[in-house]
Amino acid sequence: MTDFLPTGIELSYLVAASLFILGLKQLGSPATARQGNFLAAVGMLLAVVVTLLDRQVLNYQMILLGLAIGSGIGAIAAYKVEMTDMPQMVGLLNGLGGAASALVAIGEFWRLLSTGEPVSLEATITIILGVLIGGVTLTGSFVAFAKLQGLLPGAPMTFPLQQPINALLLIGFLVASGYLLMTPENLSVFLGLVAISLVLGVLFVLPIGGGDMPVVISLLNSYSGLAASAAGFVVMNNMLIIAGALVGASGIILTQIMCKAMNRSLTSVLFGAFGGGGSSSIAAAGGSANQDKTVKSVDPEEAAMMLGYARSVVIIPGYGMAVAQAQHSVRELADQLEGKGVEVKYAIHPVAGRMPGHMNVLLAEANVPYPQLYDMDDINPQFEETDVALVIGANDVVNPAARSDASSPIYGMPILEVDKAKHAIVIKRGMSTGFAGVDNDLFYKDKTMMLFGSAKDVVAQLVSEVKQL
Amino acid sequence: MTGTLLASLFVFVLASFVGFEVINKVPPTLHTPLMSGANAISGIAVIGALLISGPKDWNVTVILGLIAVVLATINVVGGFLVTDRMLQMFKKKEVKA
Repeated sequence: MTDFLPTGIELSYLVAASLFILGLKQLGSPATARQGNFLAAVGMLLAVVVTLLDRQVLNYQMILLGLAIGSGIGAIAAYKVEMTDMPQMVGLLNGLGGAASALVAIGEFWRLLSTGEPVSLEATITIILGVLIGGVTLTGSFVAFAKLQGLLPGAPMTFPLQQPINALLLIGFLVASGYLLMTPENLSVFLGLVAISLVLGVLFVLPIGGGDMPVVISLLNSYSGLAASAAGFVVMNNMLIIAGALVGASGIILTQIMCKAMNRSLTSVLFGAFGGGGSSSIAAAGGSANQDKTVKSVDPEEAAMMLGYARSVVIIPGYGMAVAQAQHSVRELADQLEGKGVEVKYAIHPVAGRMPGHMNVLLAEANVPYPQLYDMDDINPQFEETDVALVIGANDVVNPAARSDASSPIYGMPILEVDKAKHAIVIKRGMSTGFAGVDNDLFYKDKTMMLFGSAKDVVAQLVSEVKQL
Repeated sequence: MTGTLLASLFVFVLASFVGFEVINKVPPTLHTPLMSGANAISGIAVIGALLISGPKDWNVTVILGLIAVVLATINVVGGFLVTDRMLQMFKKKEVKA
């Protein structure tokens, strides 16, 4: 594919790449984000249109049909998806991008084989890389999707000899790659490489727990970019290389932010199987120690009184709120309280929800005013002056053990310091542990009241009780 | 050929640095839209798919390419539209605030 491309097409690619960079830049600020997304989309359209002018591209009918089908499915999915399901949507789209990149690499290999000429060393290397990254992105994303969608259990899935099997597969991949480099015309070895890549993707995400999904989604996002870059090396096209590298870099930055927010290193997320194996025994031990402690529970009427007569209330939404689709009732409650002169703020933990920034999107959907959302660093010093902290379906992100208990698996993770508020009301279905599988000391504190029930029902009751005050 | 590969490697590394610089400071509010926007851009693989599915005669490469065209287009169109849908909600809020 090193055929000479007319200068016009290359220059258009340059413009498109610039549009991507400008678009990403503008996506970084709330005021310009929408325009940034639009610029990037224009860049993409330009790149697609000029590629269709390429003289290699003659198969117009089928290609336009493909573009139409893809656009239709994409548009319908984008308009139908619930905001709570955004992590799954992004996961799925990642997987499709990875699949496309892998298919490009596979297709190019087939084409080189059918020319009958020997396949060059560089071509083989880039194709192997494209297949590996694309394949891992594809199946890894699909497993992440299945976990988020509840098709697979969210808990880490481990099986005996997992690490040796992974190592064996990796060695197998390297050996087969080496073999293919020496005898590139070997189709069965190549198909073996494709298969190993796909299996590796599954094994890579299976042992990662639901609590670590924000990290995995960011990482797979980065991979989908790298896969596009690899495909770019395969067909020697700078447009793919640049765009893929941009996405790869952005994914890595978000992955780092997520890891920092959970005080976990990337390696411990990938290989640690959080909440399984060793750490679950610690959690179990913590649980038995808490058995003799008592939990105070309140009914909605009493809770409504506490909220209604407070001066300041901080709401801490967690994934439980999102699952119960309670964000609209929460906003209603906040409106009621504000009507009574209560100062209401929202405290957003960086890893609340199932992907970076997920909670902000959900609250935005419920029309919560932007300035009421506070990041962890801004709200933490304010908890001491807060009358009531209302925790809705959050658990690990408010667990004081992260600060005090060095043996806890979540020790060191920055948390929202709800235990410093004068009172805390925790809305929760039951006493079960969060995704990290750790018991929460906050629930046993004297000033903490538990309000049991599904977030949506309970918040709706609170709304009507506050109305009657 | 090696020259082209090297040049491409330069492009890749420099573009990665640009990516790091451009995206370094993003408020948490925008993490999800940024990710789905970046995700849409990674659908650029559609270009590669278009190039390999170009020939008029049917063969394995063209068929794989056409499948890739469909998948990548879902990624691109779905990604940009869903990002816009999210950002629209943020915008509404800013006007209100």
